[in-house]
Amino acid sequence: MTPAPRRAALRLHRELTAIWGTPPGWGRLQAVNHTVIGKRFMLTALVFFAIGGVLAMLIRTQLATTKSAFLDAAAYAQVFTMHGVVMMFLFAIPFFEGLAMYLLPKLLGSRDLAFPRMSAYGYWCYLFGGSFLVGALLAGVAPDGGWFMYTPLSSSTYMPGVNADVWLLGITFVEISALSAAVEILVSILKLRAPGMSLTRMPIFAWYMLIVAGMMLIGFPPLILGSILLEAERAFGLPFFDPGRGGDPLLWQHLFWLFGHPEVYIIFLPAAGALSTIIPTLARRPLEGYEIVVAAVIALAFLSFGLWVHHMYTVGIPHVALSFFSAASGLAAVPTGVQIFAWLATLAHGRPRMSVPMLHVFGFLFVFVLGGLTGVMLAMVPFDWQAHDTHFVVAHLHYVLVGGFVFPMMAAAYYWLPHIFGRQSVQHLSHAAFWMIFIGFNLTFFSMHLTGLRGMPRRISTYPPEAGWEVLNFVSSMGGFIMTTGFALVALDFLLLAVFGKPFRRNPWQAGTLEWATTTPPPAYTFASLPEVAERADRLDPDTLGPALAAGNGFLGAVRNGWMEVLGVDMVTGKPEQVVVLPKRTYLPLLTALATGSVFALLLLKLYWLAPPAILVVTALFLLWTRDCGPTSDLADLPVGRGPDLPHHYHTERPPSYWAMVFTLAADATLYASLLFGALFLWLSAPNWPPGLDIPLDAFTCLAVVAALIVAAFFGSRRLSDNDRTARNLCIAALAHGAALVILLAFLAAIHGEATRHAAVASIFAVKSYAAFHVAVGLVLSLFGVWRIRRGNVSRLRDLDLRLGRLWHLFTLVTGLAAMAFPFVLKLLIGGAGA
Amino acid sequence: MRQAIGFRALSAFSAPLALAGCTGDLSALDPAGPFAAAIADLWWLMLAGAAVIFLVVLGLFLLVLFRPGPGRRVSPSRWIWIGGVAFPLVTLVALIGHGLMRGEYILTGRAGDPLEVEAHGSMWRWDFRYAGGTRSSEGVLHIPAGRTIVVTATSDDVIHSFWAPRLGGKIDAIPGHATKVRILADRPGVYGGICSEYCGTGHEGMFFEVHAHSPEEYETVLAGLEQEGVR
Repeated sequence: MTPAPRRAALRLHRELTAIWGTPPGWGRLQAVNHTVIGKRFMLTALVFFAIGGVLAMLIRTQLATTKSAFLDAAAYAQVFTMHGVVMMFLFAIPFFEGLAMYLLPKLLGSRDLAFPRMSAYGYWCYLFGGSFLVGALLAGVAPDGGWFMYTPLSSSTYMPGVNADVWLLGITFVEISALSAAVEILVSILKLRAPGMSLTRMPIFAWYMLIVAGMMLIGFPPLILGSILLEAERAFGLPFFDPGRGGDPLLWQHLFWLFGHPEVYIIFLPAAGALSTIIPTLARRPLEGYEIVVAAVIALAFLSFGLWVHHMYTVGIPHVALSFFSAASGLAAVPTGVQIFAWLATLAHGRPRMSVPMLHVFGFLFVFVLGGLTGVMLAMVPFDWQAHDTHFVVAHLHYVLVGGFVFPMMAAAYYWLPHIFGRQSVQHLSHAAFWMIFIGFNLTFFSMHLTGLRGMPRRISTYPPEAGWEVLNFVSSMGGFIMTTGFALVALDFLLLAVFGKPFRRNPWQAGTLEWATTTPPPAYTFASLPEVAERADRLDPDTLGPALAAGNGFLGAVRNGWMEVLGVDMVTGKPEQVVVLPKRTYLPLLTALATGSVFALLLLKLYWLAPPAILVVTALFLLWTRDCGPTSDLADLPVGRGPDLPHHYHTERPPSYWAMVFTLAADATLYASLLFGALFLWLSAPNWPPGLDIPLDAFTCLAVVAALIVAAFFGSRRLSDNDRTARNLCIAALAHGAALVILLAFLAAIHGEATRHAAVASIFAVKSYAAFHVAVGLVLSLFGVWRIRRGNVSRLRDLDLRLGRLWHLFTLVTGLAAMAFPFVLKLLIGGAGA
Repeated sequence: MRQAIGFRALSAFSAPLALAGCTGDLSALDPAGPFAAAIADLWWLMLAGAAVIFLVVLGLFLLVLFRPGPGRRVSPSRWIWIGGVAFPLVTLVALIGHGLMRGEYILTGRAGDPLEVEAHGSMWRWDFRYAGGTRSSEGVLHIPAGRTIVVTATSDDVIHSFWAPRLGGKIDAIPGHATKVRILADRPGVYGGICSEYCGTGHEGMFFEVHAHSPEEYETVLAGLEQEGVR
């Protein structure tokens, strides 16, 4: 570049860094930048992986010989439970979340994710929730009922200690982080892309993450519901799972596996997305079958929600259901096979380069294909009747998880670490580390298939010599030590790269994707100006684009008002439609996460009466977040450096936060549907129905609440040009919500004794509590609307706050109507007995 | 060179397999009745198929990496549709069909004159009840050989699982439910059983035995069992 443009580029760089950067020292706690938060997620996840690995080595040490006295049964139970919990909840999902957060804005040609403070809040919730769980382990009160905590073993009768509550509350805390990440990823991929990047031009990794985020949105609520119901049973005696009082242990299993099966695809698909990005680059050929791969991933996402019963083949499921789930589970191999053969086709028609990531791709293929094959075996019901709950399943799940997640993530690490650190690998250790892990893994788990078929069940801490399992277990344990050493070498390898790696010019892999157009390590603002994309985003030229964007030649190549700006585009076509102004760094996410954590801590300590005030503090803190959102006067359209001027996002029909509310309500609706269907399941399947007591109907209460909800929805939704009249309407809506809340709380108080006697009444209690919660939030949102009007954030063009409230009021109305009708429907189904 | 290491590692796995063998009192690979044998046959069939598929896929991968020519002659569309769709679909439909038929046999085959027994799991022992609950035994299930036994699994505390691998599949004993599994022992003998659902710290000690007697002896054995009080 000639001197004048270089000085301009440097000035732009400094101005942008001042706005987007994170200050050093304590200021790091304010960080909301996706690069920083993404790296934090990944690093923390790796720490948890190490903890999970140590737990695994404790297991293998215990099982290496028969009748080992290393750990007693109770300690061993905590160890195997926490190994599963740490790996599944604290390592796998957060790691790929971190990778997605780091990569997505760069791949999509944007500067950050849609909700930077939400990213930070999610990280802190993850850190604190994970610390609860590991802290409990160190204190000797870790959960000890297996990572899926089946009832009745996990009920207060058989697990009176705090261990199970740690699981229920700790996991729910971490899941808040996961759900918020899901909403953010969905909105960011759909709305914050480079102009011209239509959906069909998106990099394939963005497609995978879009689909995975959708799966998380629908897959996590059943688990959250189950955890809430079980904690309610343990803490307050509401019998959802107790067969003596009309509950059913099977309800827990259905809710858990409705989450649990999509969960493993949620873990695998981002890894597959990374492979779909890395393999074409290493083969020097764009991905073959891009469209069919997208179709296959969508098919797999839908299919994965129809397979959960294959974890329950031995609970006495009827024949027809067994056949359906068996067929569906086997067929999951087809969309998986499509992806594998798309990668093979890309390699076949490209010019593959041998490199360290390719070595890990080999590791993935070898291990994951074996795991997939044993998965098809387990899908066959008769075989599962022998292999279920034995070490065969343990072998299978490690083959698919390590093969389908760990090896691809190591390939991704070797591929993208140069981007993160700006240094290339030293490579002396990489090959040895890989082979140690590969050989160690196979030694540990290959023979474990046989161990299981020879009768060794899961979760036993000792076994008798006559069983004949000692040799196999000893081999597995030796393999485990080799594998651990291999992972330690990989960690060392990464450290060597970070400290001694060779700096490089740009784009060491000659990739065609946009992340390599940033400097490495990337600056806080990612791109000094945003590109226009005219081809598929894996066929671009980062080497030319990079300097051009740094010089400010793209969109938004200048600083305005000290704002953090990105472009919002049409979801499908990628046409630019709004300037999204992102909120700045702040301590609020950290404080809000601390407050949220305190709510969970209070529940854990059984200080229930302190929880409502703490919840109010959390609510107040969240409302504080909105202080910096939204201008206080109407703004003209803003110039963006190229093309027509665009409106500030607060003036548009569908800004990012609108979609965030829509997607959050979708997750909420899934939770509600799970609750309603769960209650119907109990009526159908649980013993001791019909209940021997009255179903509380109270038609007057129901009608009063319905009336209040209709008033609230009506007055909360009307958009008037006169701010004062609108504020008055919102006050009426708030009053109506308040009235509904009082009536509902009175009803709940009246029936809370009955609710502990039978699941039918407990279900009504749960459904009406759900309605009460939504009414309470509706009350807050109505008053919030009044506050925003008073602050000047609302006008005819800027009514986003009111529209968000409207979505909520309408949702509350619909779900509230269902909640009021629910007891009558239940009574009808029971058939009038106990009237 | 690296391939050679991989193959050497592979052959190292067969050593422990050979050492361990497939026999054992709790081994699903050492069936002692037709239901367990049907499952074992299914296993060997699937193992053979899986081995072939694995070697083919791995072989294709190594081929495209180290011998670029042949792979390039097949169009990407063909790679994906034949390898990823046609071949898996055909294989899976055949396998699923076969699996469903096997399942039907295990659930309904060899009906004959089935004998009903109850397996009651508690923390941490098995109690078995016979003849409408009038007789019981602890830790040992007495059955006649050569006859289909319908085991009803029950529990009043937590979920346990009744599993006698040499005689049939497992069934969970879930509080509030009464689930059933069918087992059949071809010959008289002693067969091992174990609880296979984690049920607390005593789970690993929850073994039981199945004693199959010749039909002539069975009545005598039954008469000698503990009598249950009127229930």
